[in-house]
Amino acid sequence: MSALYAQVLLNGLMLGALYACIAVGFSLVWGVLNVISMMHGSFVILAGYLTCAAFTGAGIHPFAALVPVALLLLLLGYFLQLGLINRVVSQPVLTTLTLTFGLDMILYNLMNVWFEATPRRVTLDLGRLEFGEVVLPLDRAAAMVLALAMTGLLYVILRGSRLGRAIVAVRMDRDAAALMGIRVPRVYAATFGLGAMMAGACGALLALVYPITTNVTGQLLGKAFIVCVIGGLGTVPGALAGGLVLGLVESFGGHWFGPQVAPLLGFALMLVLLAVKPTGLFGQRGYE
Amino acid sequence: MIGAAVSRTLGSRGLPWVAGLWLVVLALSPLYGDNYIVKIATFVALYGVLALSWNFIGGYAGYPSFATGAFVGLGAYAGAICQNAGVPMIVAWLLAAIIVAGVAAAMGPVILRLRGHYFAIGSISLVEIGSVLASNWSGLTGGGEGLNVRFLPGGPDFIARFFLYAMLVILVAALATTIAVDRGRLGFGLRCIAQNEDAAEMVGVPSTRYKIAAFVLSGVFCGAAGAAYASWVGYIAPADAFSILLTVKVPVMVLLGGAGSVLGPLIGSAALVLLEETVWARFLDYHQAILGAIIVALIFFLPGGLLGLRLRWRS
Repeated sequence: MSALYAQVLLNGLMLGALYACIAVGFSLVWGVLNVISMMHGSFVILAGYLTCAAFTGAGIHPFAALVPVALLLLLLGYFLQLGLINRVVSQPVLTTLTLTFGLDMILYNLMNVWFEATPRRVTLDLGRLEFGEVVLPLDRAAAMVLALAMTGLLYVILRGSRLGRAIVAVRMDRDAAALMGIRVPRVYAATFGLGAMMAGACGALLALVYPITTNVTGQLLGKAFIVCVIGGLGTVPGALAGGLVLGLVESFGGHWFGPQVAPLLGFALMLVLLAVKPTGLFGQRGYE
Repeated sequence: MIGAAVSRTLGSRGLPWVAGLWLVVLALSPLYGDNYIVKIATFVALYGVLALSWNFIGGYAGYPSFATGAFVGLGAYAGAICQNAGVPMIVAWLLAAIIVAGVAAAMGPVILRLRGHYFAIGSISLVEIGSVLASNWSGLTGGGEGLNVRFLPGGPDFIARFFLYAMLVILVAALATTIAVDRGRLGFGLRCIAQNEDAAEMVGVPSTRYKIAAFVLSGVFCGAAGAAYASWVGYIAPADAFSILLTVKVPVMVLLGGAGSVLGPLIGSAALVLLEETVWARFLDYHQAILGAIIVALIFFLPGGLLGLRLRWRS
């Protein structure tokens, strides 16, 4: 019995690490720019497709593809924000959300034309570790560790680098940051780029673990929503905690109530939290 | 807001004429077109209903609601389930409208406490929850296989006309309600809420009650239209009924026409349906990208909608 629960716990943690990695970029963009990026799920899948294409086409190992793919997404995000989204960034929610939805439709359509919607994945088969009855497939474990590492990297960037401090400053008070000589539009573009980069890294990892198809872009976006609401906006620890909570809730919920119910639990948890504590379990007031 | 201003300058005299003329054009479509044209007219009426519905909460009250897909899906399933249980078709539609209104009234107090992004997300999640419920509650909804609804007896001509006039009746009801709200206390209160909710509360607008009223109004006609749609196409599945695409497309229609006015939603829905129908036919592989490009262009070049354009020319 305890081995079974240990397995469920382990699965939940692995899932949670991926969710955290998906959500942390989304949460950063939402928290700093006050923009809900409806493109986030498609960014993840785009990176997944690129990783698969690099693997099947040129035999590039996914771990090696991770960095260039993430950098490519960084550039895409940076220029999208600089060229388009910055123009309406201070307008009401409906405008920015509709704009990113329109951009997402374009990206989604292009992906379907370029890559076709057939699910694909990278199968590495690295073997597995077994502790008694608890099984840890190594490809999943590697994806989890790298997802946590990427999340940690973003934390280091935000805490340690000049750009990171500028992003945090803009998030706290945009006008004051502008007065201190921070070029806010550039910081916005860099933030959106970093968000896309995290989605890119995550997509490369996701290709190892799950089939990549455009059908799941909406689901991924939904997970990012839920994690943000659980963990609060714009902080790396919040997204990490939210991701792990969601992973565990889905894993244990699936175990107890059946796998179909698992996705519903996340949404139910989110609605309850929205009603009771919209700043998230770990969120701080005053940042909205 | 600009749309509302135009509606008011166009005046009480001009407005019913334009809307009435448009209804006549749709209603006479069997006379000048084949069944394909009648189908398009039916879609225009359907989306007109959805756009007018969204306008209550999104246009007048200024709350970025993405619950349209949830209302339509719930209405479609409620209507289909009632009909399969032996309830006469039109009674099933009415029941669906009542059920959706009830759910909106129950959910309203929870999610209308949220503002901005949080409200947007709360309302989008209603669509997701509906879709997950419909896929998994297979005893009631048929699960992922979907649900068949008995076709109406009669030839294709009769069916096409029947559903055109059914949609038009719902459209007239939604339009009449919109005009009543637009000129009444509720519309005034909702506009106050859209401009500054705290200030509105301060001067005595019962904001919570008004918002819930707007949310219920934005659900009830969607429920009827969803149920009628299910009877029309004869088959519904979770992903089509609870559609994220629909839930964003309808606000886009209203933005295209001009939010917070009577005519805006009618103009926007007609424009987008006709545009889509012409684009769809020619670029099958790229229709979604083109719709996306239209949305992007709309945000940048037509922030006040088509009605706003008129105003800009005037001034």
